[in-house]
Amino acid sequence: MRYLENVTSLEFFSDKCTGCGRCVEVCPHAVFIMNTRKAALRDKDMCMECGACTRNCAFGAITVNAGVGCAAALINGIIAGSEPSCGCGDTSNACC
Amino acid sequence: MKIISCCSPQHKEISDNLPCCPKQEMPERELVPSIVSKVSAEWTWRDYLGQIRCRISSFRNSYAVKPGFYAVGSPDRESDIFVSANYKLSFDILRRALKGLNAWLLVLDTKGINVWCAAGKGTFGTEELIKRIVESRLEKVVNHRRIIAPQLGAPCIAAYIVQQKTGFRISYGPVDAWDIRQYLEAGYKATEDMRRVKFTVWDRLVLTPMEMIPALKIYAIYAALMFFIMGLKPSGIIFKDGLADGLPFFILGFLAVLSGALITPLLLPFIPFRSFAIKGWLVGSMVILIAIKYISPAMPVAAFSLLFFPLASSYIALQFTGSTTFTSMSGVKKEIRFAMPVYISAAFISIVLLVFFKLNQWGVL
Repeated sequence: MRYLENVTSLEFFSDKCTGCGRCVEVCPHAVFIMNTRKAALRDKDMCMECGACTRNCAFGAITVNAGVGCAAALINGIIAGSEPSCGCGDTSNACC
Repeated sequence: MKIISCCSPQHKEISDNLPCCPKQEMPERELVPSIVSKVSAEWTWRDYLGQIRCRISSFRNSYAVKPGFYAVGSPDRESDIFVSANYKLSFDILRRALKGLNAWLLVLDTKGINVWCAAGKGTFGTEELIKRIVESRLEKVVNHRRIIAPQLGAPCIAAYIVQQKTGFRISYGPVDAWDIRQYLEAGYKATEDMRRVKFTVWDRLVLTPMEMIPALKIYAIYAALMFFIMGLKPSGIIFKDGLADGLPFFILGFLAVLSGALITPLLLPFIPFRSFAIKGWLVGSMVILIAIKYISPAMPVAAFSLLFFPLASSYIALQFTGSTTFTSMSGVKKEIRFAMPVYISAAFISIVLLVFFKLNQWGVL
C-alpha cells in the first residue's frame, strides 16, 4: 500500500553516511538500501516519517520532520493551537 | 509453571479483575541482584478476553503491566534480553512468542501504550531504556552485552547512545514478535520481509471496531438532532413526523458511518486514489447513490444527502490515517489542507438546504 507521492520531508546526505546500516535495519518500509559502502534511498515515497532512521543515525546523515500521520491528531493540534498530539489516553479517540 | 497475570496498580478497576503479580524476589542466586518477576509464555482465558476488550473499547487505555524486569522460562547469564512496552497486549504477544525459550524481558514504562505509539510519543525512548538497564543492573545479570529491542521502538531509541551510556549493543528484532525464533536462529538477522510492517485485511479488520464506535457515538447525537428537526412544526414537535421524515436521514447517516469506518478501511488498497479523503468520498458516494435509488426521497432531501453523506464518509475515512501503518504526517497535512475547507463549506450548504426544506415543508416559501 502506498500513500501520497512527493510529500515526505525525508532527506539523506550521502557524504555523511558511513555505511553502518542502521537505517536499513530500522526502517519499516524499506526506504533505504545498502549499496557497497553506503546506504542509499530506494523508495523515498514509502517514507511514513516515523523518524527511526534519523534517530538511529549517529552521523547526522538523515533528516526528517518526524510525526504522526494521523488526521485526528493533526486536527486536534490545529484546534488547540499546539503540536499534533495523538490522543491515545483519550477514550473518544481511535488514534494509535 | 505458575501463571501470573500482571497489572498496573494505578488502575484500580483493572486490578480488581486481574490477579496482580506481587514483585517476586528471586532467591539469592549468585550475582543476580535484580528483582525479577517470573512470567509464563502461555496465555490464559483472561489474556484472550483482555485482547478482545482492547480491540473494541477504551479498556485498552488502562491495560498495563508493571514496568520492570521479567524472566520467561529459566534464563541464565547467556540468555537474550528483550525489551517491550508495558501495554499488556504488547507484553503478552512478546511472552507468547518466547514460548519454549529462556529469556529476560525488560519492560519499559510507556504508560500502558504499545511500542510503536509510545516510540512516537517518546515514552518508549532512549532515556527510559537506559534507566531500566541501570536499575535492573543488567551488567550483573548477564555476561554478554546484547539487547534485542523491537524494531518499531526505533523511532525514539538511539541505539548508539544506549551503547555509549551502558555498553549494551542494541539489535533491532523483527517487526512481528512471531518471527523472533527465526530471527534468533538466523544469528540475530531479520530478513527484509521481517523488517517490513504490513497492513493485511485482517490487521485492518481488527481496527474497525474502534473506528465504528466513536463514529456511532456522534451518529447518535446526529440522529437525535435530525429527529428533532424533522419533527419540528410551527405547531410544535410532532413525534410521528420526526420518525417518518427522519427515517431517510437515519438510514443514510448510518450508511455514511459504515462507508467511512468499515468499508473504506477494509477495501483500502482496492479503492482508487491515494488520498483517504477521496477514497472515503468515493465509497460514500456509491453507497448513498444506491440507497437513494431505493429510498427515493424528496428533491431537497436527495440534494442534501448527495452532498452531506459522502463527505461525512470522507471525513470518517480520513480519521483512519491514524490507524494505518504507512501514512506520513506531511501527507495527512496535505489532505487536511485540501479537505477541511471542502468539509466546512459543505456543512454550511447542507444547513442552508435543510432550512430551505423545512421552510418549504411549512409552506413559508
